[in-house]
Amino acid sequence: MRSKDIALVALFAAIMVVLGLVPLIELPLVPAPFTAQTLGVMLAGSILGARRGGLAILLFVVLVVIGLPVLPGGRGGIGVILGPTGGFVLAYPVGAFVTGLITEWLWRRYNLAAALLANAVGGALVLYVIGVPWMSVSAGLPLGKAITGSVVFLPGDLAKVIIASLTAVTVRRAYPLVKPA
Amino acid sequence: MLSLYHEARSPVHRSPAGAKLAVLLAVGTGLFFVRSIAALGAVLLVVALCYAVAKVPARVGLRQLRPVLPVLIAIVIAQLVLTGWVTAVLVGQRVLVLVALANLVTLTTRTSAMIDTVEAVLRPLRPLGVRPERVGLLVALTIRFVPVLKEQADQVRAAHRARGLRGTRFLTPLLIKTLRLADGLGSAIEARGGPD
Repeated sequence: MRSKDIALVALFAAIMVVLGLVPLIELPLVPAPFTAQTLGVMLAGSILGARRGGLAILLFVVLVVIGLPVLPGGRGGIGVILGPTGGFVLAYPVGAFVTGLITEWLWRRYNLAAALLANAVGGALVLYVIGVPWMSVSAGLPLGKAITGSVVFLPGDLAKVIIASLTAVTVRRAYPLVKPA
Repeated sequence: MLSLYHEARSPVHRSPAGAKLAVLLAVGTGLFFVRSIAALGAVLLVVALCYAVAKVPARVGLRQLRPVLPVLIAIVIAQLVLTGWVTAVLVGQRVLVLVALANLVTLTTRTSAMIDTVEAVLRPLRPLGVRPERVGLLVALTIRFVPVLKEQADQVRAAHRARGLRGTRFLTPLLIKTLRLADGLGSAIEARGGPD
């Protein structure tokens, strides 16, 4: 890894922390899990590519594990990881990596449609595929019920996929970083 | 950025981070085989005792537990409806033990000790090109730049608000500023002899 990559990885991990501090859209009745941070997962993959994006978000998870309050509401520590929603946090780096892979694959003809595909698969689908079974085991719930329970988060995630994709397309125009795969 | 570490002098604080994490891993795995409310209740009492030995006040311990409560309540209610009160209590106890014990490790272990442990865990991956010694540098850089980027985010948002723009449009300028910052930071690391 070159020095520039070290800088990008560290700064995107910091962006992830900042996204947890900035109230993006405030919904008064919805509890903590509505977080802007999955937006950071998608943006890291879309802007930095698979390897650097995945590492940036992995670094963010390391910050959580070592006990820094970097999740929304000042949460952090191993307790969050081992709790029922910990699978989602552990899935973040994988999600960023997958978003990056698809982005690299479509880089030559990257447009809003490509961005939507990359972010929906990496930034939403991957998180559900890892996070929901984790919750099912941790909470002793049948998988079907856990899936039903997660449906409430779909509209929010859909909105974040769209926001991340619009942002990724604009940033690429100003500052293309991902090399063609 | 403050760490969640709670300063005190206790045998729990003095124990090596690796040992505490090993205990956590063992208890976490073992918990899934216990199917008795009384036994899990006893484990909960032992965990509470560990908090007392670690000299972590109840106030601090409970503050760390609060974020998991909404999820915990939702799970217990779902279990009550789907299976019955025995499973509901068992699952509630299990989540509580696991999260409380994990929080205790976080509360009694310094960030630096945790970073050392992360590096030690990564060491066997060195043949795959993993450089564990870089974890410390990366963590330090990230912590250093959180306030800088927070400031930038606030500035861009204020500028947008002044022009009547709302929502998430601040992200694009924030990210472009960040990528420019990375250019400078990369050169600065290079000028000091690179990341190693």
